[in-house]
Amino acid sequence: MEMDLLQRFEAYVASEKKIEPKDWMPDAYRKTLIRQISQHAHSEIVGMLPEGNWISRAPSLKRKAILMAKVQDEAGHGLYLYSACETLGVQRDDTIADLHSGKAKYSSIFNYPTLTWADIGAVGWLVDGAAIMNQVPLCKCSYGPYARAMVRVCKEESFHQRQGFQIMMTLAQGTEEQKAMAQDALNRWWWPSIMMFGPPDDNSPNSAQSMAWNIKRFSNDELRQKFIDLTVPQAELIGLTIPDADLKWNEETGHYEHGPIDWDEFNRVIAGHGPCNKERLDARNKAWDDGAWVREAAGAHAEKRAARKAAANTAAA
Amino acid sequence: MNTRFEYLLRLGDDALILGQQLGLWTGHGPVLEEDIALTNIGLDQIGQARAWLSLAGKAENQGRDEDRLAFHRNQEGFRNALLCERPNGHFGDTIVRQFLFDAYAVPLHAALAQSNDAEIAAIALKSAKESAYHLRHSRAWLVRLGDGTEESHEKVQASLDLMLPFAGDLFFSDEVTTAATDEGWGPDPSDLRADWEAILSDTLSEAQLRRPDAVPEQIGGRQGRHTEQLSFLLAEMQVLPRTYPDAKW
Repeated sequence: MEMDLLQRFEAYVASEKKIEPKDWMPDAYRKTLIRQISQHAHSEIVGMLPEGNWISRAPSLKRKAILMAKVQDEAGHGLYLYSACETLGVQRDDTIADLHSGKAKYSSIFNYPTLTWADIGAVGWLVDGAAIMNQVPLCKCSYGPYARAMVRVCKEESFHQRQGFQIMMTLAQGTEEQKAMAQDALNRWWWPSIMMFGPPDDNSPNSAQSMAWNIKRFSNDELRQKFIDLTVPQAELIGLTIPDADLKWNEETGHYEHGPIDWDEFNRVIAGHGPCNKERLDARNKAWDDGAWVREAAGAHAEKRAARKAAANTAAA
Repeated sequence: MNTRFEYLLRLGDDALILGQQLGLWTGHGPVLEEDIALTNIGLDQIGQARAWLSLAGKAENQGRDEDRLAFHRNQEGFRNALLCERPNGHFGDTIVRQFLFDAYAVPLHAALAQSNDAEIAAIALKSAKESAYHLRHSRAWLVRLGDGTEESHEKVQASLDLMLPFAGDLFFSDEVTTAATDEGWGPDPSDLRADWEAILSDTLSEAQLRRPDAVPEQIGGRQGRHTEQLSFLLAEMQVLPRTYPDAKW
């Protein structure tokens, strides 16, 4: 019986049809999605911190408004994704508790600091740029609610990517100090950004099964290559230098070749030893703990209202 | 004195200082929906600030645009009401500050929308839609917190006791506001006080909060006499344009 269901499920997914919340699905598929979607949601929420860091110091009112709108979009993405996760049978508060306890992961990129205004440009251009590469294929993912959430997320992310690039372009055309600021941000964000695609294909434990289930469409290395091919000419256009001495164009393959990636750094940061891991998690925990009385009050008030309404109805009847 | 410039500066600075403070909540709210709401309200305030300050710059006619006014004035040049510069504090403090302001902004924008100056009326009309929504939000939270748990009731009552003495500054009247009514481009804020009182008393009663005993009001923002907080706020907000005066962003 179970075997039948599994075969039918696999054939259904292979035919590019969408799985919906009430459909039967293998436990491992459900678990994989819960892990991936909740990590994605957590990344949106933790990702608000490094960018939110510059809202109060944005250098013009227009830039301030754009940045606030952008970070607010990220909160919105977090909301859709937590909702998509709930369709798989887990509650938002439990999912968030796993983030706060350190049990759940989020994108490691947000454990790096935003040190100057140029970092806001670099994060939009590179980090959102890399996120789009990862997320566009997810619009066709086999799980319906995730795929639909991704359509909207990707539209907004591509807007953010252009805004980020526009900040970098303005800085690169600015004063000597601004140019230096832009180059320094690119130097610091380049390698962590290309690590965002995850470990190389020969060392990516979850990839094969996700590919078979149409959750993942392209391998980590394929997406990384696509990102590099797209981004290098953009850096050249605005006169910035990619911090990779081995980077070169390969006429035959039609792709850029890049130097070795420091996977030790990647593993170190994932293991909790990046520059801001503790700060980020502490900030999330503080916001949650400081807000406990507010959430309790909202709950208590809703109960009081409901009780009053019920009493009024009884009195009227 | 350029009364029109002064009047517009007051409008712009209130919105700017509130927007600056609300932006600090981004990523730190008690629940995700409130991160979005507070940032959104802050974004509206920054939008209003840009419109009023641009118009103020035109009225002054010295070549200062919104950014020049926002980032290159010292604290004594700021004309925001003292209420707006009260620190964020906890969520209840922010909600009370915002509520006291929104209850003033709603009648203010309604009156400004009647201005005989088309540009002022247009900005006010857009702002009126926003302030109506802001008031709905801050009022709903004040009621939830006031009529929530014992802890939330005590906390938000203390916020009200703390903030209320600074609200009087919103209704400050002088030659600037007299010029506005005489020339027909804006209301005298003191004429908005009755509407504000009505919203306040209605909301406090629903929130089961007590109107604090009358204490002397703190006045000074409209004349550039501020509290200790403003200098810190400006130091942070203005750091980049002041550090790199030749840069464009």
